Amino acid sequence: MPGRFTDRRLILANLWVALLAFGVGACMAVMQAMSRADLELPFRSPKMYYMSVTAHGILMALVFTTFFIMALGYVVVDTDRGRIPWPRFAWASYGVALTGTVLTLGTVYSFKASVLYTFYPPMQAHPLFYIGLTLLIVGSWGWCAEIIAAWRGALRERPDRPVSLALHATTANAMLWVLATLGVAAEMLLQLIPWSLGLEAKIDPLLARTLFWYFGHPLVYFWVLPAYAIWYTVLPREAGGKLFSDPLGRMTFALFLVLSAPVGFHHQFMDPGIPAGWKLFHMANTMLVAFPSFVTAFTICASLEVAGRLRGGTGLFGWIRTLPWGNPTVASVLLALLLFLVGGLGGLINASYAINSAIHNTAWVQGHFHLTVGSATALTFMGTAYWLIPKLTGRALQFELLAKIQPYLWFVGMVLFAMVNHVTGLLGMPRRIFEDAYAGAPQAIPWHGWTLVSAFGGIVLFVSAMFFMLVMLGTLFAGARVPQEPIVWAESLGEPAGGYTPGVWDRLGLWFVVAVAVAAIAYGVPLWHLVHMTRYGSPGFHTF
Amino acid sequence: MKIDRYEKIWMWASGAMLCAFFATMAGAAIGSSIGPPSHVQTIDPQKVLSDPLFHQQGTWVDRGGRVHATIVATAFAWLPAQLTLPAATPVTFHMTSIDVLHGFEIVRTNAQATLIPGYVSQFTTQFAPGDYMIVCNEYCGVGHHIMAAKMAAIPRSQWRPTMAAPDVPPAHENGHDSH
Ligand code: HEM
Ligand SMILES: [Cu+2]
Ligand SMILES: [Cu+2]
Repeated sequence: MPGRFTDRRLILANLWVALLAFGVGACMAVMQAMSRADLELPFRSPKMYYMSVTAHGILMALVFTTFFIMALGYVVVDTDRGRIPWPRFAWASYGVALTGTVLTLGTVYSFKASVLYTFYPPMQAHPLFYIGLTLLIVGSWGWCAEIIAAWRGALRERPDRPVSLALHATTANAMLWVLATLGVAAEMLLQLIPWSLGLEAKIDPLLARTLFWYFGHPLVYFWVLPAYAIWYTVLPREAGGKLFSDPLGRMTFALFLVLSAPVGFHHQFMDPGIPAGWKLFHMANTMLVAFPSFVTAFTICASLEVAGRLRGGTGLFGWIRTLPWGNPTVASVLLALLLFLVGGLGGLINASYAINSAIHNTAWVQGHFHLTVGSATALTFMGTAYWLIPKLTGRALQFELLAKIQPYLWFVGMVLFAMVNHVTGLLGMPRRIFEDAYAGAPQAIPWHGWTLVSAFGGIVLFVSAMFFMLVMLGTLFAGARVPQEPIVWAESLGEPAGGYTPGVWDRLGLWFVVAVAVAAIAYGVPLWHLVHMTRYGSPGFHTF
Repeated sequence: MKIDRYEKIWMWASGAMLCAFFATMAGAAIGSSIGPPSHVQTIDPQKVLSDPLFHQQGTWVDRGGRVHATIVATAFAWLPAQLTLPAATPVTFHMTSIDVLHGFEIVRTNAQATLIPGYVSQFTTQFAPGDYMIVCNEYCGVGHHIMAAKMAAIPRSQWRPTMAAPDVPPAHENGHDSH
């Protein structure tokens, strides 16, 4: 059967890497959740635990997300433009990214790089660990070039019309990624790689951390924006309604592009060497970047209300009941939204200059990002896969019942795992620990009951993840052949008769320039001060 | 751009709320110096144990009668392993690491600081009387989960420093960061 996608194989190749990373990452995760609660497992040891957390962080946060996002970007371009600009180049980029992934994971699984996915020096991993991650990023730059070229092509063809909101969002994300990855590329090329190869004897850990978090916060938007794009452009239609406000969606993505970089110090509130004033400045920017998320919350809820009422819902809240909660795509996204509500509000607490010290680097943080990247992004992506794979392959979902149950299991699992981790965090339990015993210290005793609950949540999450994998593999290999439906983006409410005309928020090129300028101010001055201090540097250590 | 009336109200309200969040934090930071430790001072991480401030670890009292604690972190121990402080008295902590990153955390308080080799972390805070646990909350290797120390805050009248004041310029004594 002729596919509707010109680049179907490329999209599937990216999806496969994402799926495998997710499946393996989930298997490691369930053991971690149990180890933290001091439950015995075969081969359980601290060395194994920290290797596993490194692998899980990389597989989930860097590999699963990046490859899924690349697949989704190609879907958007293929849908809107009929094909991607340079297929051979896209395959080459894919090859580079995949090679890098394999190299990095190879060093991790051979216990030569248990430095976690944040790889802070002066703990030193095998050079191939850093080289592999650099290749993953270089590969993703190829993807950015494809997306931006496709967007420019669309503009050139119809200068009087805005591009689709889906392409707008994808392009904003690609631009954000280019700007963000400059930081980690500098950290890799100027610091980590020469130092791990022995070409440099010493490294400045604070400079490295600063470059890392210049990248690290926009990284979280790189994960979340594709989920937002699905909420704006797929969810309303799947739920049976229309998008409430298309122009505000465009504003949202442009604002994320501008504001997501100059905030990284909110991850370094506890660090020495960074003056308080700059920390406060980054906190102000963090509050600004929360604004487009609040706008999104309104627009998405309003779109859902439109859908619920069109489906016959009445009264103040009756529309919630009439939403298609049995549709795996819609259920995944709705539950992801609910979890994100908690995760997002928790994020405001993390970002608060004076409150952060109550929860910094405790289990709270780990609870927080499992609600955000681990749910808002990952669960939305699972729902997206249920929607996309049949369109891509012409196969109906296999094991549909599992697909209907899976999002609810993820929700329950996250309530037990992630929400409970917030509590243990408030009780002071550090994150990233092999066990919670602390040799029987009285202060550690209250943690144990909660880690047991969260271990149980981890098992529920694992079952949910395996249901998802079964549905995916079943569909890809054995799904019944069905006619391929085309992808149609959600219609927008109140669209003028002749369609929209491009507005100021459509000018992503301009916003990119603004983003560069804002990042240059927020980082240029403190970095200039940092590199002009008398700094000593540190040799490498292998403490894992 | 046409914006729905309710959405407009929502946008103003959420904007105002975020400004209020920022204003409370900035007010507390500027008005009452409440904020995270942000001391700026460098040190050669390979010479920490011969540095006048760090060669000995423990508690001391400066010429002005202020209480200080000097702490060094190493994989996987806190030096000293037991800290006794006067309760309800401002104490200035001076800390650094001699190997990888460590995270100084006193459990169930907001006393926290990242320790970065090459930099000195410093903050001033005070404690209610009681027994506390110090843990490491920044991953530092295979013993990260056992890196802990005991701390006690006892009545000021019973408290004695463990060492003489180190011979450092007074500029290094004044913790201007506080919790
Ligand atoms: C099967 C479901 C999952 C379970 C049971 C699970 C469990 C865990 C556990 C127990 C840890 C270690 C926490 C620590 O020691 O501090 C962890 C870390 C982490 N997880 Fe998950 N997780 C799951 C899914 C995900 C997903 C879907 C993502 C993102 C897409 C994710 C991202 C992360 C990240 C970034 C870390 C941090 C690693 C680090 O601290 O270096 N997890 N997870
Ligand atoms: Cu952040
Ligand atoms: Cu540690």
